[in-house]
Amino acid sequence: MSERKIRVLIAKPGLDGHDRGAKVVARALRDAGMEVIYTGLRQTPEMIAEAALQEDVDAVGLSILSGAHMALVPRVIEQLKANGQDHVAVFIGGIIPDEDLHPLMDLGVMGVYGPGTLTDHIIRDIRAAVRRD
Amino acid sequence: MVNEPSLAKSVLSGDRLALGRLLTQIENDLPEGRQALVELYSRTGRAHLIGVTGAPGTGKSSLVNQIARFYRQPPDGKQPKPVGIIAVDPSSPFTGGALLGDRVRMRDLAGDPGVFIRSMASRGSLGGLAASTAGLVDALDAAGYEVVLIETVGAGQGEVDIVRLAHTTLVVEAPGLGDEIQAIKAGILEIADVLVINKADLPGVENTERALRSMLELAHPAPRVYLQHGQVEHHAQVLEDNESWQTPLLRTVATQGSGIDELVEKIELHRQFLRQSGEWELRVQARLRSQLESLLQTALVTRWRKSVSESRYSAVLDLLTMRQISPWQAVESLLDGARQ
Repeated sequence: MSERKIRVLIAKPGLDGHDRGAKVVARALRDAGMEVIYTGLRQTPEMIAEAALQEDVDAVGLSILSGAHMALVPRVIEQLKANGQDHVAVFIGGIIPDEDLHPLMDLGVMGVYGPGTLTDHIIRDIRAAVRRD
Repeated sequence: MVNEPSLAKSVLSGDRLALGRLLTQIENDLPEGRQALVELYSRTGRAHLIGVTGAPGTGKSSLVNQIARFYRQPPDGKQPKPVGIIAVDPSSPFTGGALLGDRVRMRDLAGDPGVFIRSMASRGSLGGLAASTAGLVDALDAAGYEVVLIETVGAGQGEVDIVRLAHTTLVVEAPGLGDEIQAIKAGILEIADVLVINKADLPGVENTERALRSMLELAHPAPRVYLQHGQVEHHAQVLEDNESWQTPLLRTVATQGSGIDELVEKIELHRQFLRQSGEWELRVQARLRSQLESLLQTALVTRWRKSVSESRYSAVLDLLTMRQISPWQAVESLLDGARQ
């Protein structure tokens, strides 16, 4: 009964409608024994932070293909902090240009995973980030 | 950590972050969660617990979304009620992981501080709820959510735990799922206080309605019977016909919001019926009794398991595997061993 499950929120902020990548990652995390809360398309940063709070997740994965990541990611992180969820690990999937990697990591993003990433890699990173807390 | 206000106090002061954490601790059956429930328990028992069950894909989440919206924005200028939602989805039997997708249909409720939605994985329970669902419901109840909607795992015929937890149980059907014989089998249809045909804009809705209506007409209005220790305990005084609850059958299209006002009206009528007939107390008592029974069983098994050595346990299991003893003999032998 008393088992500690890693809970992860997978969300798609912004307006792009392609959620295949998000679903692939959600499925892989499920198969790794995690509890994945999937929120679907077109979420605002406020909606994502609110869901993260109600679901008390350990990590939030954001899938962004629209190019709006430098606008959306800081707002999600800000909202999480405003709600007292500084401990939540944030990771990004999608199309992220190389020059944006460092600014994102500086914001405290746990990892950025582009096309071709092995899902095992993401799983390993989440487990390590959650254990550290 | 010791100097922080207790989790229970933070929850009572309206701290949503604390509530989220508390739900996790109850779900994981941690000592902090048990302690908080001790502090909160006297404040429970006030919420109207509404169960929503039915086969996968009948639209339970969309319906929960609409019902919650209705309670939050009552059309007649009434006071909106705070709504808590617990949505249970299945855990994988192989990996223990889960994909909890009920929030996808509940986006209308985002941004409303009077709504708290929590997704739960069933974690191996088979009755349509998780073992800790009742504890999470208690926490939301104590936190002041006047209506708590509990959405079960997509249920077939036997997943009827919800009826022991909820005051009012909605069973959601959709066109094209079965014939008259399905409708008179025992199980999920029997537990309905309100029967809903969702997706009523789909073809076949007339057939579904006819089958369900004939099922309801075949039913004899009777006071609900509760099983205790295998014995039947009746409502002491049999209700007159016009005093017993006739399960209403309604059509809705949750994605368009049609039929929802009538549905909530029936839910409220049922609540009044429970209150006036005294059935509310009976249901609560039956629920607490079954909760106590199952906690007792778990506690006894856990305590007993500590008293028996692993080697003795596997020795008996070996004998059982080799079919030298029957399962009942194995149980007796282990229980005897613990007493020695």
